[in-house]
Amino acid sequence: MLMIISLDQLPVGESGIVTVIDAHGLTRRRLLDLGLVPGTVVKTIRKSPAGDPIAYLIRGSIVALRVNDSKQISIKPFSEVAINE
Amino acid sequence: MRLADNYEKNGDLIVTTLYDYARRIANQVTVVKDQGRDWDQLIDDLVTSKYFGYPLMFLLLGVVFWITIVGANCPSQLLSDLFFWFEGQLTFVFQLVQAPEWLYGLLVLGVYRGLSWVVSVMLPPMAIFFPLFTLLEDLGYLPRVAFNLDHLFKRSGAHGKMSLTMSMGFGCNAAGVIAARIIESPRERLIAILTNNFVPCNGRFPGLIAMSSMFMAVGISMASSSLVSALVVASIVITGIMITLAISWLLSRTLLKGESSSFTLELPPYRKPQVITVLIRSFFDRTIFVLWRAVKVAAPAGALIWFLANITVGEYSFIAYLADFLDPLGRIMGLDGVILLAFILGLPANEIVIPIMVMTYLSEGAMIELDSLSAFRQLLLDQGWTWLTALNFMLFSLLHFPCGTTLLTIKKETGSKKWTILAAVLPTIVGIIVCTVIAWIVG
Amino acid sequence: MSDYLISLAGNPNTGKSTVFNRLTGLKQHTGNWPGKTVLQAWGFYRYQNEQYTLVDLPGTYSLLAHSPEEQVARDFICFGQPDATVVVVDATSLERNLNLVLQVLEITSQVVVCLNLVDEAKRKNIQVNAAKLGDELGVPVVETVARRGIGLKELQEQIHLLVHGKIKTNPLKIHYPPELENKISDLIKQLHYLPESLNKRWVALRLLEGDQSILRGIQEVTRLAFS
Repeated sequence: MLMIISLDQLPVGESGIVTVIDAHGLTRRRLLDLGLVPGTVVKTIRKSPAGDPIAYLIRGSIVALRVNDSKQISIKPFSEVAINE
Repeated sequence: MRLADNYEKNGDLIVTTLYDYARRIANQVTVVKDQGRDWDQLIDDLVTSKYFGYPLMFLLLGVVFWITIVGANCPSQLLSDLFFWFEGQLTFVFQLVQAPEWLYGLLVLGVYRGLSWVVSVMLPPMAIFFPLFTLLEDLGYLPRVAFNLDHLFKRSGAHGKMSLTMSMGFGCNAAGVIAARIIESPRERLIAILTNNFVPCNGRFPGLIAMSSMFMAVGISMASSSLVSALVVASIVITGIMITLAISWLLSRTLLKGESSSFTLELPPYRKPQVITVLIRSFFDRTIFVLWRAVKVAAPAGALIWFLANITVGEYSFIAYLADFLDPLGRIMGLDGVILLAFILGLPANEIVIPIMVMTYLSEGAMIELDSLSAFRQLLLDQGWTWLTALNFMLFSLLHFPCGTTLLTIKKETGSKKWTILAAVLPTIVGIIVCTVIAWIVG
Repeated sequence: MSDYLISLAGNPNTGKSTVFNRLTGLKQHTGNWPGKTVLQAWGFYRYQNEQYTLVDLPGTYSLLAHSPEEQVARDFICFGQPDATVVVVDATSLERNLNLVLQVLEITSQVVVCLNLVDEAKRKNIQVNAAKLGDELGVPVVETVARRGIGLKELQEQIHLLVHGKIKTNPLKIHYPPELENKISDLIKQLHYLPESLNKRWVALRLLEGDQSILRGIQEVTRLAFS
């Protein structure tokens, strides 16, 4: 079974692969600049004290995204990838 | 297919291809051995922790103020002794050449005293505060502050990077306004510009510190009194932050309607700060720069005040009339006319508000040698000051129109008279309301 | 009058401003957050009796002109006609940083890569093979620890060799998927009127992703070229 979740749902310490980026315009471009494209591996590093924003490891750098934005990114968690392959 | 979709698809392909190349090359030339213990992660676990994140932030802020207050005491006293010794020498020279009384008054009692106050009171705290702050900046702590506080900014409709422009504001509000360029969305940039003044800049810090050590921490031992003053100053700063958030909230629901836009914030690795470089750079770049600006303004202002205080119309000096005129409003706000006048005449630079106030008080009363904080305190007590006056002074210092330089910068950055006027009127109204309410509650 | 104009590009937090300060001796504060250098800083240094002007561009992750800083950086490299561009790269996070290097290489071949923070990389047990990186990219790569001044003489030497034509670079060519490459070559044919100084392939790529700001820059350059 394929499980796709949005990036904000990825628990701390877990990794996944970006499948779809559903943001448009400037937000999309900013995400792309960070190297967030379909196929990118992302790991959730930590949540801020209020739970939003959340910091992710993206291509070797730690970048914090607000939940509004990370909601628009679909990912396939790694555990699922392993089972399917 | 729509043109925009086409662009988007091409853009995706370009970025994906570039990053594929980047990853392939990086993997080919990089060998990563056992990473060992990751200190950055451990530190981040602590400073962004759910329970310790906020307390640590405020503790750190408090410690910075405490070191500044404790460290500034002694050199401040030394400098002030030096300046008063030199004033004696100057007086001697003026008497020797039999200079006219007005020239002596203008140059020595006006210009020189204004200058020596600014230097001896401002230099030590600046020379301590700026390097400390720059160290935190170099260490990489400030982005963590932005990370911790972002949800508050988001709820106020502001941008997370605003905590960075606010940090710049601690040094100088004009610099904070310029720093707002890092915020891409125009709406949120304006909010950051309009509210930057709620962070007390370096020109206001010495005043806050002096007031809190004179009136808020009396009758307790030396060690704990500096602790209490540090806490008072920290609370004033936190009040400023809360007002910033409240006003941002208000603005984004009225004049600057809109949702907060997307935001990405990098949490860079911690870097060992270059201590020596930081010390030298923050001293020359910031301390000397800000001090020089203050001195340039303080000298002519000192002369102007001396004139106003010594030109008499009928029975009283010009300055007494002005202060008298402002007195009713000042009393309502728990202050007095002289204080309000000092803030108004201090428009060119916040640094000179206290010197103006002192000179005005002195021109009315007996001449005393203002060579220590306790003499200063006595002067204020004689003018009817209480701890409430000091508290409202601190609050009004936090909540009033920005200095001339900042206003000019706002005009330049926004290109609009309307926003510049709002940036001056908004904090002043808040200040009048807050002071009046507190005076009313206590009185 | 300066002999050579060098632009300094790089991601935020790579120590770019430290490189700038060290080379020019100009005291300027380096911060630890993105977008610190929104204003361009200028500085000068002398090497082998020649004067170099160094322009510190805003720190950016990319040159796709999605923000004012990116646009400033891109416009300078593209339209400011620098004699060489130095890209400062963080050795601890090469993948992210190479993205910018590749974008610069698409605009100009006059590039020196300054592989900075190698001491920090070593501490994190990350080893970067600078020589191999140079081979891959086709431009000189110099290892530096800017905060301690290590490697900066070599950087100046490489810049010197590059601007005097003593090094021939052979920058890596990015090949896009065929569907995009076809569009690129179609578009390049229509861009024959552009002045020689502009890289047509690069302009075509920007047009394909709907970059509006590039048109203004081209108009400016074309106007200058014809006047």
